[in-house]
Amino acid sequence: MVVGLLLGIPLLLDLAFVWFPALATVLLSFTKWNGVGDLHNKACLPNVPSILNNGCLYGIQNYHQAVTIYPEFWPAVRHNLIWLAVFILFATPLGMLFAVLIDRGIKGSRMYQSILFLPVMLSLALIGIIWEFVYSQNLGLINTVIGRNGNNNAIDWLGNPHLNLWAVLVEATWRQAGYVMVLYLAGLKAVDPTLREAAVVDGANAWQTFWRVIFPVMRPINVVIMVVTVIESLRAFDLVYITNKGINGLELLSVLVTSNIVGETQRVGFGSALGVVLLVISLVPICIFLFQTFRSESREGQS
Amino acid sequence: MTTDSSLSGSLPQVRAAQPSGAGRRDKPRPWGQIASQVFLISASVLWLLPILFALYIALRPYSETTKYGYVSLPHSLTLKNFTDAWSSSGMPHFFWNSVLITVPAVVIVLGLASGVAFVLTRVNLKVNVALLILFTAGNLLPQQVIITPLYRLYLLIPLPSFLSDSGLMYNSITGLVVINVSFQLGFCVFVLSNYMKSIPEEMYEAALVDGAGLWTRFWRLTVPLCRPALAALATLLTTWIYNDFFWAITLMSSGDKRPVTSALANLQGQFVSNQNLIAAAAMIAAVPTLVVYILLQKQFIAGLSLGSSKG
Repeated sequence: MVVGLLLGIPLLLDLAFVWFPALATVLLSFTKWNGVGDLHNKACLPNVPSILNNGCLYGIQNYHQAVTIYPEFWPAVRHNLIWLAVFILFATPLGMLFAVLIDRGIKGSRMYQSILFLPVMLSLALIGIIWEFVYSQNLGLINTVIGRNGNNNAIDWLGNPHLNLWAVLVEATWRQAGYVMVLYLAGLKAVDPTLREAAVVDGANAWQTFWRVIFPVMRPINVVIMVVTVIESLRAFDLVYITNKGINGLELLSVLVTSNIVGETQRVGFGSALGVVLLVISLVPICIFLFQTFRSESREGQS
Repeated sequence: MTTDSSLSGSLPQVRAAQPSGAGRRDKPRPWGQIASQVFLISASVLWLLPILFALYIALRPYSETTKYGYVSLPHSLTLKNFTDAWSSSGMPHFFWNSVLITVPAVVIVLGLASGVAFVLTRVNLKVNVALLILFTAGNLLPQQVIITPLYRLYLLIPLPSFLSDSGLMYNSITGLVVINVSFQLGFCVFVLSNYMKSIPEEMYEAALVDGAGLWTRFWRLTVPLCRPALAALATLLTTWIYNDFFWAITLMSSGDKRPVTSALANLQGQFVSNQNLIAAAAMIAAVPTLVVYILLQKQFIAGLSLGSSKG
């Protein structure tokens, strides 16, 4: 029947290639498996060569190892948190500021909007490459301008593990601010103009008008932007991967998951456990978004 | 029949985000105006600088930039880096891969998502909201959450040789089309169902009176009315799928099957001794998105706006 046809195939695709893997990540995270041979339901034996244990049930050992002996885990968590903090404290407010200024219709606003939005169109891989010229040690823009391009005192922006995360975060902010700007502009455009006029009549200045009148009515878009901010910082991968494959100061959870499956040694169970960590964190913004979006809907359904 | 034009008034207009304050501002204080201008001009310069800088490097001979540095006045400008990058690295081939992945993926995902959105908004199934949540949430997961099992799955699923010369989903163009379609479905279903909800019920009542079946109501009535949303989504998806890096890096092993965006990682290694060539290759890879940016920016922004707002 038509309904079955229209709904069936897409549902199957979504279940098979998105939801099944999401569930399988959780199940695989309790096993020890290198991807070769079969999975079985016997518990892993202590003190035997790992080849004999392959495919066994490992309990929470993968998680235990991740938090205790895996050297990259805590740096990655820290970097993800820094990433999120920079997005919340800089990229998002900057994008909102762009949007508010452009929305006020000052001269050239169309042009500013187009320019600030340009990085959103470019792939993150491309952005990583473009910025390598800005950060280049001996020939780059920054070091030349500040006079640090000599061989002895050149700043290695992308190589120094104390600097490179911040350097990459500048790239990420450069893109994210434009993205937030566009989302926020759409929200501002939808605000009833009479609200603003009423505020002006009541003697509110621009600052008060925004924080007391506009910002509260934009709650739905604020939630969307918060969700986008959190999820984008969990998804962050391309920029660090193109810069140095996500090592030496640029470790992120997403990179660790990937390196455990596409690397030389495949640790499916362990990689899955790291994936579950990402899943659990991402469920928070996802649930908030779903709650706000579909709350009214289910009410409509009931009435 | 003029239903199309008469209806469009009651449908949400797909428009680019335009300054809503334009033309009806009370007189802003001049210093505020000046501060805003200075701020936005500096931001614009900072936003353009990295791109123009890479373009400038791409236009200069390698010998010159090694000698004088990137930040120096040009002695000569040349397109040779572009022609070299294009011909010596297989870029045409990577572009073709991008086309083979992006075009089918966009068409299929829009087709499938329209069908789902139509059923979820116009057929009362009792699980409509649950299904909509399922699709929407799927698109919000970080890709890395599903990649480990997905990678194993791709190694297990065989494909006939005309769909994949590896004989597997893994390392095949088809496999990349499938994951891009599956992953983007959620977003498109969400946007299209919001859009379809705004089509007035009377339209469907009239169609029913005329004896239109479910398929006719979908294909002849709903899809044409969704054209603005479909155009916006197509622009957005083309850019996103073309820009995809992660799926192609993880689900493909051989460099020669990769689309342009992920092939850039290989080119970077290949041209490691000549950064100017990398700059040129990056600029070439940016061309399709820049075309979209110049011609379809409004559509792109409209797509983003539809995704972030309800209806």
